[in-house]
Amino acid sequence: MAEIYLKKLAHSYLPNPQKPEDYALKEIDQVWEDGKAYALLGSSGCGKSTLLNIISGLLTPSQGQVLFDGQEVTQLPTEQRQIAQVFQFPVVYDTMTVYDNLAFPLRNRKQDEASIKTRVAEIADMLELTADLKKKARGLTADAKQKISLGRGLVRQDVAAILFDEPLTVIDPHLKWLLRMQLKALHQRLNRTMIYVTHDQTEALTFADQVVVMYDGYVVQIGTPQELFERPEHTFVGYFIGSPGMNVLPVSLEGATAYLNGQSLALTTRYISQPGDKLELGIRPEFTQLSPIPSAHSLTVTIKRIEDIGRHKIARADYQGREINIVIPEDQPVSVDYKYLTLDPRHIHLYANGWRLKQEASA
Amino acid sequence: MNATMAKSSSPKRSRLTRQGVVMTLYLVFLLLPIYWLLNMSLKTNEEILSTFSLWPQDLTFKNYITIFTDPSWYSGYINSITYVLMNTVISITVALPAAYAFSRYRFLGDKHLFFWLLTNRMAPPAVFALPFFQLYSSVGLFDTHIGVALAHCLFNVPLAVWILEGFMSGVPKEIDETAYIDGYSFGRFFTRIFMPLIASGIGVTAFFCFMFSWVELLLARTLTSVAAKPIAATMTRTVSASGMDWGVLAAAGILTIIPGALVIWFVRNYIAKGFALGRV
Amino acid sequence: MNKTWNNKAWWMVLPVVLLVAFSAVIPLMTVVNYSVQDTFGNNQFFWAGLQWFEEIVNSERFHDALGRQFLFSGIILLIEIPLGIFIAMNMPKKGWSISVCLVLMSLPLLIPWNVVGTIWQIFGRVDIGLLGAAANKLGIDYNYTRDIGDAWFTVIIMDVWHWTSLVALLCYAGLQSIPEAYYQAARIDGASKWAIFRYIQLPKMRGVLLIAVLLRFMDSFMIYTEPFVVTGGGPGNATTFLSIDLVKMAIGQFDLGPAAAFSLVYFLIILLLSWVFYTIMTNLDKQER
Repeated sequence: MAEIYLKKLAHSYLPNPQKPEDYALKEIDQVWEDGKAYALLGSSGCGKSTLLNIISGLLTPSQGQVLFDGQEVTQLPTEQRQIAQVFQFPVVYDTMTVYDNLAFPLRNRKQDEASIKTRVAEIADMLELTADLKKKARGLTADAKQKISLGRGLVRQDVAAILFDEPLTVIDPHLKWLLRMQLKALHQRLNRTMIYVTHDQTEALTFADQVVVMYDGYVVQIGTPQELFERPEHTFVGYFIGSPGMNVLPVSLEGATAYLNGQSLALTTRYISQPGDKLELGIRPEFTQLSPIPSAHSLTVTIKRIEDIGRHKIARADYQGREINIVIPEDQPVSVDYKYLTLDPRHIHLYANGWRLKQEASA
Repeated sequence: MNATMAKSSSPKRSRLTRQGVVMTLYLVFLLLPIYWLLNMSLKTNEEILSTFSLWPQDLTFKNYITIFTDPSWYSGYINSITYVLMNTVISITVALPAAYAFSRYRFLGDKHLFFWLLTNRMAPPAVFALPFFQLYSSVGLFDTHIGVALAHCLFNVPLAVWILEGFMSGVPKEIDETAYIDGYSFGRFFTRIFMPLIASGIGVTAFFCFMFSWVELLLARTLTSVAAKPIAATMTRTVSASGMDWGVLAAAGILTIIPGALVIWFVRNYIAKGFALGRV
Repeated sequence: MNKTWNNKAWWMVLPVVLLVAFSAVIPLMTVVNYSVQDTFGNNQFFWAGLQWFEEIVNSERFHDALGRQFLFSGIILLIEIPLGIFIAMNMPKKGWSISVCLVLMSLPLLIPWNVVGTIWQIFGRVDIGLLGAAANKLGIDYNYTRDIGDAWFTVIIMDVWHWTSLVALLCYAGLQSIPEAYYQAARIDGASKWAIFRYIQLPKMRGVLLIAVLLRFMDSFMIYTEPFVVTGGGPGNATTFLSIDLVKMAIGQFDLGPAAAFSLVYFLIILLLSWVFYTIMTNLDKQER
C-alpha cells in the first residue's frame, strides 16, 4: 500500500531532448493517493504506457523522481519495487497449475508452503478460481488467465500498487463488463492503489476514482469522472470523454459576451484572455436545446440527421459549416423544423489555445 | 516497443559481455576450420607440406586457376545446381497440394500416410544406394540430373509436406471458406490467396530442400558417373599418383561452400522466423 | 483445427504418394527381395528364407556397429541439444549482430557433407592441420588415424561443429516467439533466471526441441559421409557406424543378401526409435495440457 509521488517527472526516448516535442512524457508533478484507483486514459501514443513503465520500473525517466510512500524508487528495477502488473495479453505460466501460478511469486520469495497455501486459497476464493486450482493454466479461457495474472499480484502482501495495462483487450465483450465489475469490487474490498491504463473511456470512467487524461505527452486533467464531464480542462478532454464529445466552436470574446460568427451569446461571467489567443467555446451536447421558436441568443442551425440510440436521440446539426451535436431526451419531440439552438450559459466553457480559461471572479 | 528501448539503456553490461564472449567463442569455433581450409587453398603444396603457418606466406591463386580451367570442375558445379533446383521445384510442387490436404481434410488413412511419408525422411540413404542404382539404371535415369533430383525427393518431399503442413495449419480455415463463398475456384483461391499467405513457409521449405539436396552426396554419387556428376564428388579426384593435391582439394572445398553461403546471405532476414517452421 | 472428412483429398496427396512410392517402395521391395535370397553370382538366386536376418541379428559385427551407433547418437544428442539451447539463449536479440550470427551459424549447415569431412580431415591432421598440430605442440598426443579415442573425439566434435547451429537456430526461433511481457511478469514475480528458463523459455521451446531431437537423432543414426571421409571407419572398426558398415558390406564385399537384411533391420530400428521418441514427446505434451 503506498502513495505514489511523481516528482518533476518527464521522459524522452531521445538521448538529448531539446524541444518539448522531444518528450514522450512532459513534466508532471503529482501525488497519487494511497488506496485509490487511477485510470490513465488517452489515445495510443499519448504517453500513458511510458508513464506506466516508469512507475513499474521498466523505464528510467530522463528527469524527475518516483517516490513510493516517500521512498525514492526511481533507479530500482521492477523486481525491487513491490508492484504487480497485469498485461494486455494474459501472461500465465502455461505448464503450471493455477495453484502453482498463484504460489509462484511467494515461492520465489521463499515463503513457507503452509502460509502460501492459505494465502493462495484466500485469493483464489476472492477471484472465484477455487474450482480451477488443480487445472493447468494453459487450457483456461482468456478471462480466467487474466484473473490468474491479477491473482499473482494480489497474493503478495507487500505490493505497493497494482498496474493494469489495457487488461481487457483480449476478453470477450460480454465478459468485459463482468470482469470490470469484479475488479471494481476487489478494489473496494482491498483498498489497494491501482493504476489502470486504457484508451476506452467507459472502462476508465467505471473503474477509477480518479481519471488521468493524457494527450500528446501532457497530463491534461486529473479528476473524478464527474469533473471530467462537467469541467473539461482541455478541449481534448471534452472531445475524448462523453459520447458524443463536447462541441467546440471558434469564438471571439468581448466582456461577458461571446460572438459566434456575429451571433452574440451571453456568458455567466467575464473571462481573461490574451490578445492573439485562439479562442474556442465548448459546450456538451447534453446542455444544448433545440426549439422551433427563435430566442434571444439562439443559433440558427440546419438539422442533418437525427439518430435514436435508445436512451436518447442525437441530432447532428450544421451551424455555418461546423457540426454541432445535440442530445435530445427521449421524451422530447424533435424534427428538422427545430432549427433554433440554445446553449445553457452555465455549462459553456471558454478555451484559449485548447486550455480552459479561468473565470475573472476566481482569477 | 517502449519497454525494449528501455531495457537497452538500463545497466545490463555484465550480461551483455557474457553473451558476447559466448557467441564470439562459438563463432570462432565454427569459423576456424573453414578459415584453415581457406588458408590452405591459398598456399602451394610445397608450403602446405613444408612449413606450418597461420596465413599463406607465399600467396597463390594457382589452385583456383587449376579448377577454373578444367571443364570437369565447373561442369560439376552446373550439375549440382541443376539437380538441386530441379529437386526443389519438384518437391514443392507436389508437396503443396498434399500439405493442404493434410492440413484441411481428414481422409481414409491420412494419419498412417503422414507417418509413412515421414518414415522415408528417416530412411538411411545407405540402405537405398544400391537398389536405387539398379532401379535407375533399368529405367534409364542413371547419370541424369532428373534422376538425382528424383532420388533426393525421397527425403525432401516428406520434409516439404511436413514443413508446409505446419505453416498451412497456422492459416485459419475461415479464409478458405470466405474465398469459396466469394466465388473463387479452388485453383484461383490456392494461387491467388492461399500461396501468398504462406509465402514465407514456401520460402523456408525451398531453403530446406535446397540445403538437404545440396549437401547430400551418397546418393548423388551413386547415381551419376560423368554427365551429372556433382561438384562435391569431383573433389575426390584430387588424389593423384604423386599423393594428395591438398591445395586444390582445399580450393575445391572453399568453392563448394560459396553457393550455400550465397543462399544464406539472401535469406538471412527470414532465417530466424523460418526455423520456427510455423510450429512454435 | 476441426477438419472435414473428405476422401477426395486423396487426389491432392496422390502425386506425393506416387513420387515417394517410386523412390521408396520399389527400391525397398528390391531390398526385401535380396534379403531373402542367396546368390552364387551369375544372377542366380536361391530362396534363403530368414537366414540372413538371423545371421545379421546374431552377428557380432552388427552388434558392435549398432553399439557404436547408439553411443555416437547418444553423445552428440547430449552435447548438441544443451549446447544449442545455451547458444540460442546467448544470441543477440537486436541490432546488426543478429544477421551476422545467423549467417555465420548457418554456414556449416550448407556445406556438402563430404566437404565437412574434408575440412575436419585436414583440420585434425597432425602434419598440416591446425587442430592436430596445435595439440601436438601443446604436448597432447593426438592422432585420429591411430588412436581410437582421438578418432571418436574428432568425429564427435565434427558433428557438434556441423549440427549444433541447427539446434540453436530452432531454439532461437522458439525464444523469439516469447512476448516481452512474459519476462516483465517474471521479473515482477521475482523469478530467478533458472525459473524463467524452466517455466517460460523451456515450455516455449518444447515444439522446436521435439523437431530438433528427432532430426538430430534420425540424421546422426544414418550418418555416413562425414566420418567416412575423416576416418574411413577406423582405426580398425572403431568408427564404423551402421551406414558405413552397410556400404562396406553391400558395395565393398557385394554380400547382397546379408546387406539387404542389414538394411531392413537398420531401417526398422530407426523407425521404431523415432516412433518411440515421437510418441513419448507428444504424450508429454498432452499431459501438460
